[in-house]
Amino acid sequence: MKLLSPHLLGIEPLTPDEITLILDTAVGFSSIATREIKKVPTLRGKTVVNFFVEPSTRTRSSFELAEKRLSADSLNFSTSTSSLVKGETLLDTLRNLEAMAPDFIVIRHGEAGAPHFLAKHGRTPIINAGDGAHEHPTQALLDAFTIRQHKGALSGLKVAIVGDILHSRVARSNVHLLVKMGAEVVLCGPPTLLPAGGKTLGAAVTHRMDAAIEGADVVMMLRIQLERMSGGFFPTLREYAAFYGLNADRLKRAAKDAIVMHPGPINRGVEIMGDVADGEASVILDQVTNGVAVRMAVLYLLAGGDRDAVAQER
Amino acid sequence: MTLLLRNARLVDPEAGWDGPGDVLIDGGRVTRVAKTIAPDGAKEIDLGGLVVCPGFIDMHVHLREPGQEWKETIATGTRAAAAGGFTGVACMPNTEPPIDSRSVVEFVLAQARLHGVVPVYPIGCVSKAQKGEELAEMGDMALAGARGFSDDGKPVASAGLMRRALEYAQIFDLPVIDHCEEPTLVKGGVVHEGEISTRLGLAGWPGVAEDIMVSRDILLAEATGGAVHIAHMSTGRAAGLVRSAKASGIRVTCEVTPHHIALTDEAVLGYDADAKMNPPLRRPTDREALLAAIADGTVDAIATDHAPHHADEKCVEFSRAPFGVVGLETAVSICLDRLVHGGIVPLARLVELLSAGPARVLRLAKGSLKPGSDADVTVLDLDREVKVDAGRFASKSSNTPFRGWTLRGAAVMTIVGGHVVHDAR
Repeated sequence: MKLLSPHLLGIEPLTPDEITLILDTAVGFSSIATREIKKVPTLRGKTVVNFFVEPSTRTRSSFELAEKRLSADSLNFSTSTSSLVKGETLLDTLRNLEAMAPDFIVIRHGEAGAPHFLAKHGRTPIINAGDGAHEHPTQALLDAFTIRQHKGALSGLKVAIVGDILHSRVARSNVHLLVKMGAEVVLCGPPTLLPAGGKTLGAAVTHRMDAAIEGADVVMMLRIQLERMSGGFFPTLREYAAFYGLNADRLKRAAKDAIVMHPGPINRGVEIMGDVADGEASVILDQVTNGVAVRMAVLYLLAGGDRDAVAQER
Repeated sequence: MTLLLRNARLVDPEAGWDGPGDVLIDGGRVTRVAKTIAPDGAKEIDLGGLVVCPGFIDMHVHLREPGQEWKETIATGTRAAAAGGFTGVACMPNTEPPIDSRSVVEFVLAQARLHGVVPVYPIGCVSKAQKGEELAEMGDMALAGARGFSDDGKPVASAGLMRRALEYAQIFDLPVIDHCEEPTLVKGGVVHEGEISTRLGLAGWPGVAEDIMVSRDILLAEATGGAVHIAHMSTGRAAGLVRSAKASGIRVTCEVTPHHIALTDEAVLGYDADAKMNPPLRRPTDREALLAAIADGTVDAIATDHAPHHADEKCVEFSRAPFGVVGLETAVSICLDRLVHGGIVPLARLVELLSAGPARVLRLAKGSLKPGSDADVTVLDLDREVKVDAGRFASKSSNTPFRGWTLRGAAVMTIVGGHVVHDAR
């Protein structure tokens, strides 16, 4: 089986079978990190442009490492070095990038729909590395991979996603993915940080954190961006932490073997207390590790590979 | 030259006509209307199978001149108007510089005289430089030919200034046209706030932001006795507010655009910037409520909010693209297809919404073909099938979400002051 689209623009267009394919393929790639030579020749001769219009260290490094481990050549473009700051349009930047004949463009952009714009106007496969408040598909895939690693499956789990849902591409992609795969998703945050029509994505919505995490198998905390403070979405960080911060006491309401996730970077003492972030239930660093394998799987599959060939390639 | 329009179905709701009739035009005016008129040396135009109506007036267009002539000029905008079946357009004042003084009103009228294909009725600003702080020189602009006042493109955010504008405009018996948007609720919104904005991760623009301003304007119109006109009304709640205000005798009128009656926010899926407009496309329930308001007489006019933008300006990330859609050359076909053939209103009501309705709002002695009227005529082919081809627009811009649509019905001929300015029969 192969992916249906040449691009990975989001989770919303993927079928459950495609999601399973990516996760299963990532299993094959995850063991590469434990080998002495952490490299396979799969994408030798291919060029990947990492086009990061919005700053990101974690996602960009993860993609870069995934590309390097697949032996692809990477070219990094970021806001400070791209001509966008000189007034060039995104379309002109795309044309210039394509003139260098890349095989993939990985894009992170502050505006929702920017990867779709590139896919519509260009000819190179596009991978969405986060677009505004829309989607962050590889984050959701690595989250799903991590949940599967710890829980065995996605179906039937209760997943609480807590925090700034309104501005979170991570939340959107995770809701799409988890609902498609049969999990029960509860979104939780202050009403000011929940989007209109939140329920229509297929998730339940609550403003009470205790109710959200009651019996949850997975508690996924979202980062509060400190600049939101000026938007008046909540009165103070102190009050936010009191109502929506995950502490050890609260976590007791979740299932006994619940795992705690966070896409990072974390604000200790705000959305998550230090002892929980570093505690036994935390799989935050597993998420980072798994990100590389999942991104390798995405690149590999978009390059036309199929899952069964992974073993041979290795 | 004497012109005789023959064998048409004559639809003039203002005069109460709907039936076969000939129209005789002489010296730029309608001189006679009768079942049959002998040619008597007049140039005959046989309009068998077609409909003759009073000329359509688009009371809300952006001609972009002065200041943004790469998007549109008075010449190209009025050519687009003629091609779309409009015999006159009212142009909004958010130009560069804005139409906030007599000199800019005079400039627009001079350009229209020199290069315009159809008459242009300038709308002056409510406030100096559209800053929303002090009243612009409404009187001077009215004397120069302004037909109303608006800070369109922006709301009149200050209730105090809106009150003064409604009071002051009464001297000239002209309407204050408001772009109803409560700015602190809209703040950064680019699409209707709801399921679609959530799915796309785009900043939402709630309908209540419009409803609050419509409520405020109605209350101020009542308090001042001034005439307020709600531009490009997009929500069902706003339509309800206008309906009940009218029933109470408050001087409020409103317009609805073809795109708000033909599309919903689903058109934004796929991030097509041509579907990004202000106010945004709303929910299906809003669309249905607008259709009901058109049918029951609440709506006074259909106006396009023709907002041309250069293709390069729209070909960017959705959030960064400017708001707006061109409308002059698609409006009549959309309205015939959706409203008349769709069974929402009879043809006479649509003609009223496009002719007498806007004429009344702008206090223009237009909108009828009674003898003595200006010979402004729009001719319709109710059954012509048209495929929207943005590449053939007379407008300089082609930002339309209707590209490729097939519609039934079209304006096929436009006559202004007795002169044929467009003929596509």
